[in-house]
Amino acid sequence: MARYTPPEQSKAGQVFDIAVVVVAIFVALWLPLKLGLAGAAKSIDALDAKTWEALGQNPTMASIWEKLGYTPETAHDIIQNRFHYIIDWPTLIIMAAVLIGYFIFLFRASDREYRDVINEKFDDK
Amino acid sequence: MTVTLEPAVQVQGDRVSLLRVLGPAHVWALGVGIVLVGEFTGWNFAADKGGALAALIVCWIVGLLYTSVAMIDSEVTSTVAAAGGQYAQAKHIVGPLMAFNVALFLVFAYTMLEVSDAILLGDTIVAKAGVEGLNHNSFIAATIVVLAWLNYRGVLMTLNVNFVITAIAYVSIVILFFSVSPWTQGAVLKLNELVTPGNALPYGWIGVIAAFQFGIWYYLGIEGTTQAAEEVRSPARSLPYGTMAGMITLLIAAAMTWYVCASLMPWEYLGITYYPLWDAGKLTGSPLLENLLFIATLLAALASANGCINDAARAWFSLGRDRYLPTWFSAVHPKYRTPYRSILFLLPIALAFAFIADLNQAITFSILSGVLQYTFMSINIIMFRKKWPLGSIRRGYTHPFHPLPAIVLFCLCVVTFFAIFLGFGSQLIAMVAFYFLISLWFHFYRYRFVRRGAQFTMPWPKPQGY
Repeated sequence: MARYTPPEQSKAGQVFDIAVVVVAIFVALWLPLKLGLAGAAKSIDALDAKTWEALGQNPTMASIWEKLGYTPETAHDIIQNRFHYIIDWPTLIIMAAVLIGYFIFLFRASDREYRDVINEKFDDK
Repeated sequence: MTVTLEPAVQVQGDRVSLLRVLGPAHVWALGVGIVLVGEFTGWNFAADKGGALAALIVCWIVGLLYTSVAMIDSEVTSTVAAAGGQYAQAKHIVGPLMAFNVALFLVFAYTMLEVSDAILLGDTIVAKAGVEGLNHNSFIAATIVVLAWLNYRGVLMTLNVNFVITAIAYVSIVILFFSVSPWTQGAVLKLNELVTPGNALPYGWIGVIAAFQFGIWYYLGIEGTTQAAEEVRSPARSLPYGTMAGMITLLIAAAMTWYVCASLMPWEYLGITYYPLWDAGKLTGSPLLENLLFIATLLAALASANGCINDAARAWFSLGRDRYLPTWFSAVHPKYRTPYRSILFLLPIALAFAFIADLNQAITFSILSGVLQYTFMSINIIMFRKKWPLGSIRRGYTHPFHPLPAIVLFCLCVVTFFAIFLGFGSQLIAMVAFYFLISLWFHFYRYRFVRRGAQFTMPWPKPQGY
């Protein structure tokens, strides 16, 4: 197999590629934060009666909350801030499809590239 | 003057290369140093997602996941001993595009872990100072810049520092554990009154599955030991030994941490605090323990951020060296022999995200990239054994029970993806979409600049099936 000689990349091309990578990193990590997509999906189940008993705290728990500087009123939003695990099937299916599709693409495209690597490496010998 | 390295096959003779100065203790310090901060913050968010008992269950099950990671990694790394760790493994076993992605997983996982460490350190100092209006940004910036400078100056000094501060942080957990009379309940520890049948699993078993997401944080980063492969004196001995010793150390620390923290604070508070061990120190009523755990929290965060800068820079350096990214990144400092341009390039990225993300968002970014990497590792070891069966090449270490660890790892990764979906699904889809798009960019554009045969640098026979 003929040895592949890659083109030399110009300085401007290198700078451009670095810029692409930086932009891609910021879009991937910053955009979910900006769009509010990152972070836990929690909500507060508010209670009318804000007492340790109503919040489900026994005397030992209540004494520790107080040691940490909390009252039933200030602890309410922490204790009642809960996850609500409802499986959203369409989103789950999309997530699974995206993940599986991504890995299939990765392995198939990698294998095509890998065959070139192996052919060049071992056919030279 | 700086010297730019060509691909690894040419890193010989008079060329400037990374220095082989590290031993097993440094490997242990690198792995445990990165991970130990997980005991000081992060693991406890598993209690938020599933309750205190769920945090314990995932501590054990995720421990199994990481034991599989350590076993698999020890075999492959002791055989493919090159900077970049899993990146070099992917390049030789799966192919260039997978290697490119794995390097990005590593860089993102470690950079976001470094960000989490810096946020923790800044918030801990601000909380201790108790001064109104004091902002954590200056502490975050100082941490990231000083540690980057340390890494710039040399790997041996960096990991010597890590060894000392990791050891102090670890000893503090042991001191806390024995100071609270762990063999008796009621005096200091009140596990029976805090974890009751009514609140042990507040969300039921779905909460246990959801808790896998932050259960990863108990151990995330132990696989970073492989990044030192080109800088250890004896990779075949030091890497498996350092990694396995690190894993045992962490399993013990995780069990002690859960027991003390769950016995000292209600799960609702445990699930949201940024400093569970420091809080545990406070709740013992001992000023000595409180101050010790405060200092240990800072040291653990420093050690982790230090190791993360080391690992992320080496993965980025490897991408430049193989032309997967511009070769400008592959320069080695002529005096300090460190990948200094990669260190400097990643510095502003870490700073930027430390200022805009909060702790659990940064942790989730890191976990996502970590789990993608573990999924790759489970398939990678199967392909490794298939392409080069036992006996066909010299392995520094051969892990037992193959393919059981790979199957266990893969199954636990699937469960963890589902766990991330339960609460952080949109973030997961956004990140995978990014990896998919950047892969298209690499496969259809960037790969033209990559030499083909020169990527394969190991002295192995042709893989079976090719």
